[in-house]
Amino acid sequence: MSDHGVIAVEGINPSIPKRRAEAMPSAANSGVKLMNRFFEWFGSLGIFCWKVLRAAVTPPYEWRELIRQLDEVGSKSFPLIALAGAAIGVVISMEARYSLTRFGAKSMFPATLVYSVIQVMGPIMTGLIVSGRVGAGMGAELASMKVSEQIDAIEASAINPYRLLAATRILACILMLPLLTLAADATGLLTGWFAQTLVEPLSFHQFVENGFHGATFSAFLPQTFKTAVYGLIIGTIACFQGMRTRGGAEGVGRAATNSVVIASLFVILADVVLVKFILVVFP
Amino acid sequence: MATTYDIAMKQTEAQQEGRAAVIVVENLRKTFGIHKVLDGINLSVDRGETLAVLGRSGTGKSVLLRLIIGLETPDSGSICIRGQNIAGLALDRMGEIRKKMGFLFQHAALYDSLTVAGNVAFPLEHHRKDMSTSERGDLIRQLLVEVGMGGSMEKMPSDISGGMQKRVGLARALALEPEILLLDEPTAGLDPISSGEIDDLILKLQHERQMASIVVTHDLHSAKTIANRLALLDKGNVVIEGTFEDLQESDIEFVREFLKQS
Repeated sequence: MSDHGVIAVEGINPSIPKRRAEAMPSAANSGVKLMNRFFEWFGSLGIFCWKVLRAAVTPPYEWRELIRQLDEVGSKSFPLIALAGAAIGVVISMEARYSLTRFGAKSMFPATLVYSVIQVMGPIMTGLIVSGRVGAGMGAELASMKVSEQIDAIEASAINPYRLLAATRILACILMLPLLTLAADATGLLTGWFAQTLVEPLSFHQFVENGFHGATFSAFLPQTFKTAVYGLIIGTIACFQGMRTRGGAEGVGRAATNSVVIASLFVILADVVLVKFILVVFP
Repeated sequence: MATTYDIAMKQTEAQQEGRAAVIVVENLRKTFGIHKVLDGINLSVDRGETLAVLGRSGTGKSVLLRLIIGLETPDSGSICIRGQNIAGLALDRMGEIRKKMGFLFQHAALYDSLTVAGNVAFPLEHHRKDMSTSERGDLIRQLLVEVGMGGSMEKMPSDISGGMQKRVGLARALALEPEILLLDEPTAGLDPISSGEIDDLILKLQHERQMASIVVTHDLHSAKTIANRLALLDKGNVVIEGTFEDLQESDIEFVREFLKQS
């Protein structure tokens, strides 16, 4: 049966196999086009990164814009990150208590909570929340500036937009992600301890002492500071998607969506690579 | 592509004729994909002169301005600003040239996160760091008064009309005291009274500041009012260049048709 519900008999209806034969090069063409777009995207990203890097290391430096972006990325993301960290702390506390009790390892609760929050959940959760909140905001803001020719106006005023708009935003993300991660870790540990205390009283001093017993800085610092790489990814992708936008409102929407989706995906992939890297470098 | 020798010769010719060619465009070509937008344009603008570039939509008028200010790169040809070919110049070196240019965008392109005064202050804050805050404030006030926007300094761009936005855009373009002014459709989308006011403003500024200006417009009446010379573009080429009277006397079919329809 053909696609159109006609019985195809070889030799009697030659047009159907012919149509299929014609469709094959078209599928191959779209595959080639997709590959071209894929490599073109990475090529453009490479050129963009080079322009931003050159602009970032040469004066004049845009300190005022950097401070504005630090506030935008850091202070304004803090409530959301703190709240999400707190929720994660409670969830891990409840799950860990149940599992540890089953295996008779209840005394391991503080260490489990500390390691789960600081090494695993805090960094990745912060990365994903910031890529959603900041990535979408930056992508949409820059895309809107691009389609309304404001970025061209900056360039026409003899100001390097890669320095003013991109370098400051990317640097703000790099600097703020580890600090936001610390905030998420702190609220997560506090609420995790609090949730445990409601069920079974445990002093905060005892919780900290047991949780961090035998822990070294190298166990926690790389996990926290790896989020600077997430910041680099989020800032770069959001600025790149925003500054290459074409079209009107549709283009702005697409840039915001793509910023979040691509940044989140790259953050997860980077997490896989960085976890392995940290295990090798800090065994 | 014009050689450095050709460019130097043009400059010398202009100087011998007592003119000071500020912008010289030679054999300029630009293609987007398969669409040939500019196909060997030749133009020159002297100090204190205003050239109006006319033509149908999509003939590359705005692209010409974007090429002159370096927002696009030409495929071939040369754009000389005071004798220096800027085609393909690096971003930082282009920045120095751009400080001598003012650009009014078709939709003003004001920074929507800044106030009217903030928009005018923007280039000054980046390039005139020698100015004190009070000196800068005085200059901003003076520029905004000059374009008739002295009473709207603290308003946001979204709170003012299209005509007012163009006035603010003009004040921003003039902030660094440019030698060259590029105006992209300064009267497009405005009512006849606002258009007339913008034309008068451009004429006044030209008279006072003696800049070399290129005005891209569809508005023949406006072009006739503000420009010393007009250039009519079609299919990527200059069909005719001269005074309004030259255009009127032309027997080229396209020129006659354009004037008839305008």
